[in-house]
Amino acid sequence: MPQNPFFWWAGLITALLLAPLLPGVINKTKACFVGRQGPSLLQPYYNLHKLFRKDCIRSSTSCGPLAWAPGLELSALLLALLFLPYANQLSPFAFTGDAFLFAYLLGLGRFALVIGAMDTGSSFEGMGASREVQFAALTEGAFFAVIGFLAFASRSLNLSEMLSCPLPANVPTVIAAVILAAGIAFIVMLVENSRVPFDDPETHLELTMIHEAMILDYSGPDLGFILYSAALKLWLMTALVVLMLLPGDLASAPVLFILHLLGVLLGGIVIGAVEAVSARFRFLKLPQFLLGALCTALIALALTVIGTGGGR
Amino acid sequence: MNDLLSLLLGALLVLNLLLASASRLRHCIKLVAIQGVLLGLLSLACAQSSGGHNWQFLLVMILSLLIKGGLLPYLLLYTMRRISVRRELEPVVGYSLSLVIILALTGGAFWLSSITPTAVAHGASPLVLPAALSTISTGLFLMVTRRKAITQVIGFLVFENGISIFGTGMMIHNGLLVELGLLLDIFALVFIMGLAVFNINRSFQHIDTHSLNALGD
Repeated sequence: MPQNPFFWWAGLITALLLAPLLPGVINKTKACFVGRQGPSLLQPYYNLHKLFRKDCIRSSTSCGPLAWAPGLELSALLLALLFLPYANQLSPFAFTGDAFLFAYLLGLGRFALVIGAMDTGSSFEGMGASREVQFAALTEGAFFAVIGFLAFASRSLNLSEMLSCPLPANVPTVIAAVILAAGIAFIVMLVENSRVPFDDPETHLELTMIHEAMILDYSGPDLGFILYSAALKLWLMTALVVLMLLPGDLASAPVLFILHLLGVLLGGIVIGAVEAVSARFRFLKLPQFLLGALCTALIALALTVIGTGGGR
Repeated sequence: MNDLLSLLLGALLVLNLLLASASRLRHCIKLVAIQGVLLGLLSLACAQSSGGHNWQFLLVMILSLLIKGGLLPYLLLYTMRRISVRRELEPVVGYSLSLVIILALTGGAFWLSSITPTAVAHGASPLVLPAALSTISTGLFLMVTRRKAITQVIGFLVFENGISIFGTGMMIHNGLLVELGLLLDIFALVFIMGLAVFNINRSFQHIDTHSLNALGD
């Protein structure tokens, strides 16, 4: 497969520029489903613009983490963005084992937010942080099961090669396994980005929030950083699912680039549709659901292992 | 093509997990109905990949779809409505633990089929045996750990579906005869069990099978 770094850089820059568009697409889809006109697709950009013009007010009880958490989260996500193979072109920063760095950069971003939330001393934020960490601990298992599946299917520990390799034709069960694993990656994406069946980004009641409860005390540019990082994370995880479904040898690089972009935006529409037709799960139900996701991902792994003859 | 076959078998494996974690009876019955439909499609996929005896596979498919995908779930729903049980409360083993156990059983099924030599011998998909064993053990597990009589009937149906997966997937000789016999048996059994459940309900005002233990002599 010929490599064209130009399209990788184009993919990275598109991700940075278009990430706030994705929440806009989701909101527009939701509005369409309930028969409203909905906010403009560019609304997230307007919000960010408004926030970055404002002053920053920080709680006087804070001892520091509140101030640096948004910057840390944004930088962790920007680093994580460097490891995805956009348009199925290998990332120039890839190295063996970078899948783990990728996963834990996302973890570092979450840690920054959690520390910032605990720093405010607000009981709601502590509660939100506790829930976020509880669900993150459960999703991590599912995410690593998916990574394990990808590593096994592509015989590589390099995230770029995992996601951009062509489907191994010698594995008879690979299509079923890829669809299962992509489904689980989609669920992981919904949890990580606190989308509807797991968390409601639009709730106005602190008791039912997870992610939103953690960022109650932020304002101005700090909140802008957090919203932009949330959009980046959404783009990142959606791109991950799309890349899993796009085999690397499907087409030439420009076509793959277009497909990648369309795939991510289509992902936004799918998320919007899921949100429009489903209600949030009860908190008690969530761990069971995530456990189920982990089990399903393990089954996808088993499908690949048996397809290749168990490594024998 | 083989892809359809492995997709169906993968879906059946996931269905087992869903069955273990479903607490609403209506949901459970729907899952069993989906399992029946997948089973029908499975015989179609097998017919496609094997070639010969097409009409046999077609007949099994239509009968599976009709009986397992339509009639039996309808009977169960009817019984459920008659005895007004909505959900399985207090199973012997909790739902999260059930999931883990089913996963372990599925792992065991994969291991068992990896040491069984017959699996790939006559050109069947290597996934048939694990899927069948996992479904069979899920059915047995549901029968053992659920308290309501109607859930135990569902467990029995899942168990039987597992046997059918095995029969259809392995493309055993004279499979048609066995399949038809099984379908008839199952139909009669679910019918009788429905009546029994209804009668238990009428005599005891509930269908918790634990009180039957006290009957003894």
